[in-house]
Amino acid sequence: MTRYSALGLVRGVFNGQSHWQPAWRDPEPKANYDIVIIGGGGHGLATAYYLASVHGIRNVVVLEKGWIGGGNTGRNTTLVRSNYRLPQLHNFFEFGLKMWEHLSDELNYNVMFSPRGALMLGHSDADMTMLAQRGDAMRVSGIDSELLSRDQVAKLEPLLDMSRSARFPIEGGLIQRRGGTARHDAVAWGYARGADRLGVDIIQKCEVTGFVREGDAVVGVETSRGRIGAGRVAICVAGNSGHVAAMAGLKLPVESQTLQALVSEGVKPMINGVIMSQSLHCYISQSDKGGIVMGGDPDNWPSYAQRGQPMVTAGAIAQAIALVPALSRLRMLRTWGGVTDMSFDGSPIIGTTPVPGLYLNGGWCYGGFKATPASGWTYAHTLATGAPHVLNAPFDLARFRRGDTIDESGAGPMPNHR
Amino acid sequence: MMLISCPHCGPRAQAEFTYERTADSVIQPDAAPAEAIEHLIARANPRGLDDEVWRHTFGCRAWLVMTRHRVTHAIEAIRAVGPEALP
Ligand SMILES: [Zn+2]
Repeated sequence: MTRYSALGLVRGVFNGQSHWQPAWRDPEPKANYDIVIIGGGGHGLATAYYLASVHGIRNVVVLEKGWIGGGNTGRNTTLVRSNYRLPQLHNFFEFGLKMWEHLSDELNYNVMFSPRGALMLGHSDADMTMLAQRGDAMRVSGIDSELLSRDQVAKLEPLLDMSRSARFPIEGGLIQRRGGTARHDAVAWGYARGADRLGVDIIQKCEVTGFVREGDAVVGVETSRGRIGAGRVAICVAGNSGHVAAMAGLKLPVESQTLQALVSEGVKPMINGVIMSQSLHCYISQSDKGGIVMGGDPDNWPSYAQRGQPMVTAGAIAQAIALVPALSRLRMLRTWGGVTDMSFDGSPIIGTTPVPGLYLNGGWCYGGFKATPASGWTYAHTLATGAPHVLNAPFDLARFRRGDTIDESGAGPMPNHR
Repeated sequence: MMLISCPHCGPRAQAEFTYERTADSVIQPDAAPAEAIEHLIARANPRGLDDEVWRHTFGCRAWLVMTRHRVTHAIEAIRAVGPEALP
Protein backbone atom coordinates (compact mmCIF):
# COMPACT_ATOMS: atom_id res chain seq x y z
CA MET A 1 0.00 0.00 0.00
CA THR A 2 1.43 3.35 -1.04
CA ARG A 3 1.91 5.84 1.74
CA TYR A 4 0.24 9.15 0.94
CA SER A 5 2.68 12.04 0.87
CA ALA A 6 3.52 15.21 -1.01
CA LEU A 7 6.34 13.27 -2.64
CA GLY A 8 3.76 10.82 -4.04
CA LEU A 9 1.95 13.71 -5.74
CA VAL A 10 5.21 14.95 -7.22
CA ARG A 11 5.99 11.46 -8.48
CA GLY A 12 2.58 11.40 -10.14
CA VAL A 13 3.48 14.46 -12.18
CA PHE A 14 5.80 12.20 -14.20
CA ASN A 15 3.42 9.24 -14.61
CA GLY A 16 0.08 11.01 -15.03
CA GLN A 17 -0.89 10.09 -11.42
CA SER A 18 -1.26 6.51 -12.65
CA HIS A 19 0.51 4.80 -9.74
CA TRP A 20 -2.33 5.13 -7.24
CA GLN A 21 -3.90 1.89 -6.05
CA PRO A 22 -7.39 1.32 -4.61
CA ALA A 23 -7.37 2.38 -0.95
CA TRP A 24 -8.69 -1.02 0.18
CA ARG A 25 -9.15 -4.48 -1.32
CA ASP A 26 -12.48 -6.02 -2.32
CA PRO A 27 -11.98 -9.60 -1.02
CA GLU A 28 -14.30 -12.59 -0.99
CA PRO A 29 -15.48 -13.37 2.56
CA LYS A 30 -13.65 -16.22 4.28
CA ALA A 31 -15.54 -19.03 6.06
CA ASN A 32 -14.39 -17.95 9.51
CA TYR A 33 -13.04 -14.91 11.33
CA ASP A 34 -11.96 -14.27 14.89
CA ILE A 35 -14.23 -11.23 14.96
CA VAL A 36 -17.11 -10.29 12.66
CA ILE A 37 -18.10 -6.63 12.80
CA ILE A 38 -21.58 -5.87 11.48
CA GLY A 39 -21.68 -2.37 10.03
CA GLY A 40 -19.10 -0.56 7.93
CA GLY A 41 -19.61 2.94 9.23
CA GLY A 42 -16.92 4.99 10.92
CA HIS A 43 -17.42 3.17 14.23
CA GLY A 44 -17.20 -0.34 12.76
CA LEU A 45 -14.17 0.53 10.64
CA ALA A 46 -12.44 2.25 13.57
CA THR A 47 -13.12 -0.81 15.71
CA ALA A 48 -11.52 -3.04 13.08
CA TYR A 49 -8.55 -0.69 12.77
CA TYR A 50 -7.85 -0.66 16.52
CA LEU A 51 -8.40 -4.43 16.85
CA ALA A 52 -5.65 -4.88 14.28
CA SER A 53 -3.32 -2.05 15.24
CA VAL A 54 -3.59 -2.04 19.05
CA HIS A 55 -4.58 -5.61 19.90
CA GLY A 56 -2.93 -7.50 17.02
CA ILE A 57 -6.19 -9.22 16.06
CA ARG A 58 -6.14 -9.15 12.26
CA ASN A 59 -8.44 -12.01 11.32
CA VAL A 60 -11.35 -9.57 11.30
CA VAL A 61 -14.09 -8.77 8.80
CA VAL A 62 -16.34 -5.72 8.50
CA LEU A 63 -19.68 -6.52 6.86
CA GLU A 64 -21.60 -3.61 5.32
CA LYS A 65 -25.02 -3.99 3.71
CA GLY A 66 -24.54 -0.91 1.52
CA TRP A 67 -21.31 0.97 0.98
CA ILE A 68 -18.92 1.98 3.74
CA GLY A 69 -19.65 5.34 5.35
CA GLY A 70 -23.04 5.51 3.58
CA GLY A 71 -25.14 5.43 6.73
CA ASN A 72 -24.93 7.94 9.56
CA THR A 73 -21.22 8.55 8.93
CA GLY A 74 -22.37 10.34 5.78
CA ARG A 75 -25.54 11.80 7.28
CA ASN A 76 -24.49 14.10 10.12
CA THR A 77 -23.18 17.62 10.66
CA THR A 78 -19.53 16.53 11.28
CA LEU A 79 -19.23 18.32 14.65
CA VAL A 80 -16.47 17.24 17.03
CA ARG A 81 -16.51 18.36 20.68
CA SER A 82 -16.42 17.03 24.24
CA ASN A 83 -18.44 19.72 26.04
CA TYR A 84 -20.66 17.53 28.20
CA ARG A 85 -21.58 18.08 31.81
CA LEU A 86 -21.51 14.49 33.10
CA PRO A 87 -18.03 13.06 33.73
CA GLN A 88 -18.77 9.68 32.10
CA LEU A 89 -19.63 11.54 28.89
CA HIS A 90 -17.00 14.25 28.86
CA ASN A 91 -14.21 11.84 29.79
CA PHE A 92 -15.23 9.55 26.94
CA PHE A 93 -15.62 12.30 24.35
CA GLU A 94 -12.45 14.08 25.51
CA PHE A 95 -10.48 10.87 24.98
CA GLY A 96 -11.96 10.93 21.48
CA LEU A 97 -11.19 14.61 20.91
CA LYS A 98 -7.55 13.99 21.76
CA MET A 99 -7.55 11.20 19.17
CA TRP A 100 -9.10 13.55 16.57
CA GLU A 101 -6.20 15.94 17.08
CA HIS A 102 -3.76 13.31 15.76
CA LEU A 103 -6.05 11.24 13.56
CA SER A 104 -4.75 12.46 10.18
CA ASP A 105 -1.20 11.50 11.18
CA GLU A 106 -2.29 8.21 12.72
CA LEU A 107 -4.17 7.15 9.58
CA ASN A 108 -1.91 8.86 7.01
CA TYR A 109 -5.19 10.22 5.67
CA ASN A 110 -6.31 13.84 5.92
CA VAL A 111 -9.55 13.81 7.92
CA MET A 112 -9.52 17.62 7.77
CA PHE A 113 -10.10 18.03 11.50
CA SER A 114 -10.58 21.75 12.01
CA PRO A 115 -10.64 22.88 15.66
CA ARG A 116 -12.42 26.15 14.96
CA GLY A 117 -14.21 26.30 18.31
CA ALA A 118 -17.58 24.99 19.49
CA LEU A 119 -19.64 27.84 20.92
CA MET A 120 -22.77 27.23 22.96
CA LEU A 121 -25.00 30.28 23.32
CA GLY A 122 -26.93 31.24 26.45
CA HIS A 123 -30.18 33.19 26.17
CA SER A 124 -31.10 33.88 29.79
CA ASP A 125 -29.71 33.97 33.31
CA ALA A 126 -30.78 30.35 33.69
CA ASP A 127 -28.94 29.40 30.51
CA MET A 128 -25.78 31.14 31.68
CA THR A 129 -25.98 29.30 35.02
CA MET A 130 -26.29 26.00 33.17
CA LEU A 131 -23.37 26.88 30.90
CA ALA A 132 -21.20 27.92 33.85
CA GLN A 133 -22.03 24.65 35.59
CA ARG A 134 -21.20 22.66 32.47
CA GLY A 135 -17.96 24.59 31.93
CA ASP A 136 -16.90 24.09 35.55
CA ALA A 137 -17.62 20.37 35.36
CA MET A 138 -15.44 20.14 32.27
CA ARG A 139 -12.58 22.16 33.76
CA VAL A 140 -12.57 19.98 36.88
CA SER A 141 -11.84 17.10 34.51
CA GLY A 142 -9.09 19.06 32.77
CA ILE A 143 -11.09 19.85 29.62
CA ASP A 144 -10.88 23.31 28.06
CA SER A 145 -13.97 25.48 28.34
CA GLU A 146 -14.38 29.20 28.68
CA LEU A 147 -17.40 31.24 29.69
CA LEU A 148 -17.86 34.21 27.38
CA SER A 149 -19.57 37.55 27.86
CA ARG A 150 -22.01 39.07 25.36
CA ASP A 151 -19.24 41.22 23.91
CA GLN A 152 -16.87 38.30 23.50
CA VAL A 153 -19.57 36.31 21.70
CA ALA A 154 -20.36 39.26 19.42
CA LYS A 155 -16.70 39.60 18.52
CA LEU A 156 -16.38 35.88 17.78
CA GLU A 157 -19.44 35.64 15.51
CA PRO A 158 -20.25 39.14 14.21
CA LEU A 159 -23.35 38.02 12.28
CA LEU A 160 -25.24 36.86 15.39
CA ASP A 161 -28.26 39.00 16.23
CA MET A 162 -27.04 40.58 19.49
CA SER A 163 -29.89 43.07 19.75
CA ARG A 164 -32.04 43.13 22.88
CA SER A 165 -35.14 42.70 20.73
CA ALA A 166 -33.84 39.47 19.17
CA ARG A 167 -36.20 36.49 19.25
CA PHE A 168 -33.55 34.67 21.31
CA PRO A 169 -31.49 37.39 23.00
CA ILE A 170 -27.89 36.34 23.54
CA GLU A 171 -26.52 36.81 27.07
CA GLY A 172 -23.18 35.07 26.57
CA GLY A 173 -21.80 31.69 25.78
CA LEU A 174 -19.52 28.79 26.59
CA ILE A 175 -16.80 27.91 24.15
CA GLN A 176 -14.65 24.85 23.74
CA ARG A 177 -11.93 26.19 21.47
CA ARG A 178 -10.55 22.72 20.67
CA GLY A 179 -13.91 21.61 19.24
CA GLY A 180 -14.67 21.89 15.55
CA THR A 181 -15.51 19.89 12.45
CA ALA A 182 -14.00 17.11 10.32
CA ARG A 183 -14.48 15.57 6.90
CA HIS A 184 -16.96 12.69 7.32
CA ASP A 185 -16.05 10.57 4.27
CA ALA A 186 -12.35 10.85 5.04
CA VAL A 187 -12.94 9.35 8.47
CA ALA A 188 -14.57 6.24 7.01
CA TRP A 189 -12.08 5.95 4.16
CA GLY A 190 -9.06 6.59 6.36
CA TYR A 191 -10.04 3.90 8.87
CA ALA A 192 -10.98 1.51 6.04
CA ARG A 193 -7.62 1.97 4.35
CA GLY A 194 -5.76 1.61 7.65
CA ALA A 195 -7.67 -1.53 8.65
CA ASP A 196 -7.32 -3.09 5.21
CA ARG A 197 -3.57 -2.53 5.23
CA LEU A 198 -3.38 -4.48 8.52
CA GLY A 199 -5.26 -7.43 7.01
CA VAL A 200 -8.89 -6.69 7.88
CA ASP A 201 -11.40 -7.74 5.18
CA ILE A 202 -14.01 -5.13 4.27
CA ILE A 203 -17.01 -6.69 2.52
CA GLN A 204 -19.54 -4.27 1.05
CA LYS A 205 -23.03 -5.10 -0.23
CA CYS A 206 -23.20 -7.92 2.32
CA GLU A 207 -26.22 -7.79 4.61
CA VAL A 208 -26.47 -9.84 7.79
CA THR A 209 -29.77 -11.73 7.78
CA GLY A 210 -29.44 -13.81 10.94
CA PHE A 211 -27.18 -15.24 13.61
CA VAL A 212 -25.72 -18.73 13.81
CA ARG A 213 -26.34 -20.09 17.30
CA GLU A 214 -24.69 -22.90 19.24
CA GLY A 215 -26.79 -23.29 22.35
CA ASP A 216 -27.17 -19.76 23.70
CA ALA A 217 -24.04 -18.46 22.05
CA VAL A 218 -23.68 -16.65 18.76
CA VAL A 219 -20.98 -18.34 16.69
CA GLY A 220 -21.47 -16.70 13.32
CA VAL A 221 -23.73 -14.78 10.99
CA GLU A 222 -25.93 -15.63 8.02
CA THR A 223 -25.42 -13.06 5.27
CA SER A 224 -26.59 -12.29 1.76
CA ARG A 225 -23.22 -13.79 0.71
CA GLY A 226 -23.41 -16.95 2.79
CA ARG A 227 -22.62 -18.12 6.30
CA ILE A 228 -19.59 -16.69 8.10
CA GLY A 229 -18.31 -18.25 11.32
CA ALA A 230 -17.08 -15.98 14.11
CA GLY A 231 -15.31 -16.15 17.43
CA ARG A 232 -17.10 -12.98 18.45
CA VAL A 233 -19.78 -10.93 16.67
CA ALA A 234 -19.89 -7.16 17.08
CA ILE A 235 -23.05 -5.22 16.27
CA CYS A 236 -22.16 -1.69 15.15
CA VAL A 237 -25.11 -0.58 13.05
CA ALA A 238 -26.38 2.69 14.60
CA GLY A 239 -30.03 3.18 13.58
CA ASN A 240 -30.44 -0.49 12.73
CA SER A 241 -29.37 -1.67 16.22
CA GLY A 242 -32.91 -2.72 17.12
CA HIS A 243 -33.38 -4.56 13.83
CA VAL A 244 -30.14 -6.55 14.12
CA ALA A 245 -30.44 -7.20 17.87
CA ALA A 246 -33.93 -8.61 17.27
CA MET A 247 -32.36 -11.36 15.13
CA ALA A 248 -30.68 -12.53 18.35
CA GLY A 249 -33.92 -12.20 20.32
CA LEU A 250 -32.87 -9.02 22.09
CA LYS A 251 -35.02 -5.97 22.78
CA LEU A 252 -32.97 -2.83 23.34
CA PRO A 253 -33.63 0.47 25.15
CA VAL A 254 -33.47 2.10 21.74
CA GLU A 255 -35.96 3.65 19.36
CA SER A 256 -34.94 4.54 15.79
CA GLN A 257 -35.83 8.03 14.64
CA THR A 258 -34.86 10.28 11.76
CA LEU A 259 -32.37 13.09 12.27
CA GLN A 260 -32.13 15.60 9.48
CA ALA A 261 -29.64 18.23 8.49
CA LEU A 262 -29.19 20.53 5.54
CA VAL A 263 -26.62 22.63 3.76
CA SER A 264 -26.96 25.92 1.91
CA GLU A 265 -25.28 27.08 -1.27
CA GLY A 266 -21.62 27.97 -0.81
CA VAL A 267 -20.84 31.50 0.31
CA LYS A 268 -17.80 33.43 1.49
CA PRO A 269 -16.76 32.86 5.13
CA MET A 270 -19.52 34.12 7.44
CA ILE A 271 -19.64 31.63 10.34
CA ASN A 272 -16.28 31.27 12.07
CA GLY A 273 -16.85 28.29 14.32
CA VAL A 274 -19.60 25.95 15.39
CA ILE A 275 -22.66 27.67 16.89
CA MET A 276 -24.98 25.79 19.23
CA SER A 277 -27.42 26.87 21.89
CA GLN A 278 -28.25 25.89 25.45
CA SER A 279 -31.99 26.43 24.95
CA LEU A 280 -32.55 25.82 21.25
CA HIS A 281 -31.81 22.69 19.30
CA CYS A 282 -29.94 24.17 16.40
CA TYR A 283 -26.41 23.68 15.05
CA ILE A 284 -24.76 26.07 12.60
CA SER A 285 -21.34 25.76 11.00
CA GLN A 286 -19.76 26.54 7.65
CA SER A 287 -18.17 23.79 5.61
CA ASP A 288 -14.79 24.25 4.00
CA LYS A 289 -16.61 24.53 0.67
CA GLY A 290 -18.60 27.46 2.07
CA GLY A 291 -22.01 25.85 2.58
CA ILE A 292 -23.78 26.64 5.84
CA VAL A 293 -24.52 23.33 7.55
CA MET A 294 -27.53 23.34 9.86
CA GLY A 295 -29.15 20.70 12.02
CA GLY A 296 -31.87 20.57 14.63
CA ASP A 297 -34.26 18.28 16.46
CA PRO A 298 -34.91 14.72 15.38
CA ASP A 299 -38.27 13.91 13.83
CA ASN A 300 -39.82 12.80 17.09
CA TRP A 301 -41.40 9.57 15.94
CA PRO A 302 -39.97 6.17 14.98
CA SER A 303 -38.72 5.71 11.43
CA TYR A 304 -36.16 3.72 9.44
CA ALA A 305 -36.83 5.69 6.25
CA GLN A 306 -33.56 7.70 6.07
CA ARG A 307 -35.63 10.67 5.00
CA GLY A 308 -37.36 13.25 7.15
CA GLN A 309 -40.17 15.72 6.99
CA PRO A 310 -39.78 19.34 5.87
CA MET A 311 -41.69 20.73 8.86
CA VAL A 312 -38.85 19.61 11.13
CA THR A 313 -36.07 21.18 9.04
CA ALA A 314 -38.23 24.30 8.78
CA GLY A 315 -38.10 24.52 12.57
CA ALA A 316 -34.31 24.22 12.62
CA ILE A 317 -33.99 26.84 9.88
CA ALA A 318 -36.29 29.24 11.74
CA GLN A 319 -34.08 28.95 14.84
CA ALA A 320 -30.90 29.43 12.82
CA ILE A 321 -32.29 32.52 11.10
CA ALA A 322 -33.40 33.95 14.44
CA LEU A 323 -29.79 33.63 15.65
CA VAL A 324 -28.08 34.69 12.40
CA PRO A 325 -30.58 36.78 10.36
CA ALA A 326 -28.25 36.91 7.33
CA LEU A 327 -28.91 33.20 6.77
CA SER A 328 -32.39 34.10 5.50
CA ARG A 329 -30.83 35.25 2.22
CA LEU A 330 -29.29 31.84 1.43
CA ARG A 331 -30.77 29.14 -0.75
CA MET A 332 -30.86 25.57 0.49
CA LEU A 333 -28.73 23.16 -1.51
CA ARG A 334 -29.42 19.75 0.00
CA THR A 335 -31.03 18.01 2.96
CA TRP A 336 -30.41 14.53 4.32
CA GLY A 337 -31.75 12.25 7.00
CA GLY A 338 -30.13 9.48 8.99
CA VAL A 339 -31.65 6.78 11.20
CA THR A 340 -30.50 7.57 14.73
CA ASP A 341 -30.70 4.96 17.46
CA MET A 342 -32.18 7.05 20.26
CA SER A 343 -31.28 5.41 23.56
CA PHE A 344 -33.43 5.91 26.63
CA ASP A 345 -30.96 8.09 28.53
CA GLY A 346 -29.40 9.86 25.56
CA SER A 347 -26.07 8.06 26.02
CA PRO A 348 -24.49 5.28 23.98
CA ILE A 349 -24.32 1.56 24.74
CA ILE A 350 -20.93 -0.15 24.26
CA GLY A 351 -20.32 -3.58 25.71
CA THR A 352 -21.48 -7.12 26.16
CA THR A 353 -25.03 -8.40 25.71
CA PRO A 354 -26.89 -11.19 27.53
CA VAL A 355 -26.08 -13.40 24.50
CA PRO A 356 -22.61 -15.04 24.76
CA GLY A 357 -20.37 -14.09 21.87
CA LEU A 358 -22.49 -11.09 20.88
CA TYR A 359 -21.41 -7.50 21.55
CA LEU A 360 -23.24 -4.23 21.04
CA ASN A 361 -22.15 -0.73 20.09
CA GLY A 362 -25.15 1.55 19.54
CA GLY A 363 -27.57 4.02 21.05
CA TRP A 364 -25.58 6.98 19.74
CA CYS A 365 -28.64 9.23 19.42
CA TYR A 366 -27.47 12.29 17.47
CA GLY A 367 -23.89 12.29 18.83
CA GLY A 368 -22.16 9.46 17.04
CA PHE A 369 -19.83 11.15 14.56
CA LYS A 370 -17.57 12.89 17.07
CA ALA A 371 -17.29 9.64 19.02
CA THR A 372 -15.90 7.64 16.10
CA PRO A 373 -12.27 7.25 17.32
CA ALA A 374 -13.15 6.70 21.00
CA SER A 375 -15.98 4.35 20.09
CA GLY A 376 -13.68 2.25 17.95
CA TRP A 377 -10.92 2.28 20.56
CA THR A 378 -13.11 1.19 23.47
CA TYR A 379 -15.17 -1.30 21.44
CA ALA A 380 -11.98 -2.91 20.13
CA HIS A 381 -10.72 -3.16 23.72
CA THR A 382 -13.99 -4.76 24.81
CA LEU A 383 -13.96 -7.25 21.93
CA ALA A 384 -10.29 -8.13 22.33
CA THR A 385 -10.34 -8.62 26.10
CA GLY A 386 -13.96 -9.59 26.70
CA ALA A 387 -14.21 -6.78 29.27
CA PRO A 388 -14.93 -3.08 28.87
CA HIS A 389 -12.30 -0.33 28.79
CA VAL A 390 -12.56 2.00 31.80
CA LEU A 391 -14.09 4.64 29.52
CA ASN A 392 -16.97 2.52 28.22
CA ALA A 393 -17.63 0.57 31.42
CA PRO A 394 -20.36 3.04 32.48
CA PHE A 395 -22.09 2.62 29.10
CA ASP A 396 -23.08 -1.01 29.50
CA LEU A 397 -26.45 -2.31 28.38
CA ALA A 398 -27.37 -3.52 31.87
CA ARG A 399 -27.33 0.04 33.31
CA PHE A 400 -30.95 0.58 32.31
CA ARG A 401 -32.09 -2.37 34.40
CA ARG A 402 -29.96 -1.15 37.31
CA GLY A 403 -31.49 2.32 37.06
CA ASP A 404 -27.94 3.64 36.58
CA THR A 405 -28.64 5.77 33.53
CA ILE A 406 -26.36 8.53 32.20
CA ASP A 407 -28.91 11.21 31.43
CA GLU A 408 -27.11 14.42 30.40
CA SER A 409 -30.32 16.36 29.77
CA GLY A 410 -32.27 14.88 32.68
CA ALA A 411 -35.14 14.13 30.33
CA GLY A 412 -36.10 10.67 31.53
CA PRO A 413 -36.64 7.48 29.61
CA MET A 414 -38.70 8.60 26.60
CA PRO A 415 -36.51 9.33 23.57
CA ASN A 416 -39.11 11.56 21.97
CA HIS A 417 -39.33 13.78 25.08
CA ARG A 418 -35.61 14.45 24.99
CA MET B 1 -46.02 14.74 6.16
CA MET B 2 -48.40 11.89 6.90
CA LEU B 3 -52.15 12.22 6.50
CA ILE B 4 -53.60 10.70 9.66
CA SER B 5 -57.24 9.74 9.90
CA CYS B 6 -58.36 10.55 13.41
CA PRO B 7 -61.20 8.19 14.35
CA HIS B 8 -63.10 11.22 15.63
CA CYS B 9 -62.15 14.05 13.23
CA GLY B 10 -61.27 12.35 9.94
CA PRO B 11 -58.13 12.92 7.86
CA ARG B 12 -55.83 15.60 9.29
CA ALA B 13 -52.26 16.71 8.73
CA GLN B 14 -49.59 15.03 10.85
CA ALA B 15 -48.63 18.43 12.26
CA GLU B 16 -51.77 18.21 14.45
CA PHE B 17 -50.59 14.97 16.05
CA THR B 18 -47.85 14.01 18.50
CA TYR B 19 -46.22 10.66 18.92
CA GLU B 20 -46.26 9.38 22.49
CA ARG B 21 -44.71 5.92 22.65
CA THR B 22 -44.99 2.43 21.26
CA ALA B 23 -48.06 0.47 22.32
CA ASP B 24 -45.88 -2.27 23.86
CA SER B 25 -44.31 0.26 26.22
CA VAL B 26 -47.51 1.24 27.98
CA ILE B 27 -47.19 0.19 31.62
CA GLN B 28 -50.24 -1.07 33.47
CA PRO B 29 -50.59 0.26 37.03
CA ASP B 30 -50.80 -3.28 38.45
CA ALA B 31 -47.77 -4.61 36.54
CA ALA B 32 -45.14 -6.44 38.59
CA PRO B 33 -41.87 -4.46 38.85
CA ALA B 34 -39.93 -6.80 36.55
CA GLU B 35 -42.66 -6.60 33.94
CA ALA B 36 -42.91 -2.81 34.26
CA ILE B 37 -39.14 -2.48 33.73
CA GLU B 38 -39.37 -4.55 30.55
CA HIS B 39 -42.12 -2.30 29.20
CA LEU B 40 -40.13 0.78 30.19
CA ILE B 41 -36.75 -0.03 28.64
CA ALA B 42 -37.11 -2.79 26.04
CA ARG B 43 -38.43 -2.03 22.56
CA ALA B 44 -39.04 -4.33 19.62
CA ASN B 45 -38.25 -1.30 17.42
CA PRO B 46 -38.93 -3.32 14.24
CA ARG B 47 -37.85 -2.22 10.78
CA GLY B 48 -41.44 -2.86 9.72
CA LEU B 49 -44.91 -2.65 11.25
CA ASP B 50 -45.45 -1.66 14.87
CA ASP B 51 -48.29 -0.31 17.00
CA GLU B 52 -47.77 3.24 18.23
CA VAL B 53 -49.69 5.48 20.61
CA TRP B 54 -50.30 8.91 19.10
CA ARG B 55 -52.46 11.79 20.23
CA HIS B 56 -54.52 14.25 18.21
CA THR B 57 -52.99 16.97 20.38
CA PHE B 58 -53.90 19.99 18.28
CA GLY B 59 -57.35 18.65 17.39
CA CYS B 60 -59.76 16.66 19.54
CA ARG B 61 -56.90 15.66 21.91
CA ALA B 62 -57.95 12.01 21.89
CA TRP B 63 -55.47 9.13 22.05
CA LEU B 64 -55.23 6.65 19.23
CA VAL B 65 -53.21 3.59 18.33
CA MET B 66 -51.74 3.53 14.86
CA THR B 67 -50.27 0.51 13.09
CA ARG B 68 -47.60 2.05 10.90
CA HIS B 69 -44.73 0.84 8.73
CA ARG B 70 -41.40 2.24 9.91
CA VAL B 71 -39.78 2.31 6.47
CA THR B 72 -42.62 3.31 4.11
CA HIS B 73 -44.61 5.27 6.75
CA ALA B 74 -47.74 3.59 5.34
CA ILE B 75 -50.52 3.56 7.95
CA GLU B 76 -52.23 0.16 8.08
CA ALA B 77 -54.82 0.83 10.78
CA ILE B 78 -55.88 3.42 13.32
CA ARG B 79 -58.11 2.78 16.27
CA ALA B 80 -59.44 4.97 19.03
CA VAL B 81 -58.54 3.93 22.54
CA GLY B 82 -59.12 4.95 26.10
CA PRO B 83 -56.77 4.07 28.95
CA GLU B 84 -58.80 0.92 29.64
CA ALA B 85 -58.32 -0.38 26.10
CA LEU B 86 -54.55 -0.05 25.87
CA PRO B 87 -52.64 -3.32 25.58
ZN1 LIG C 1 -59.26 14.03 16.47
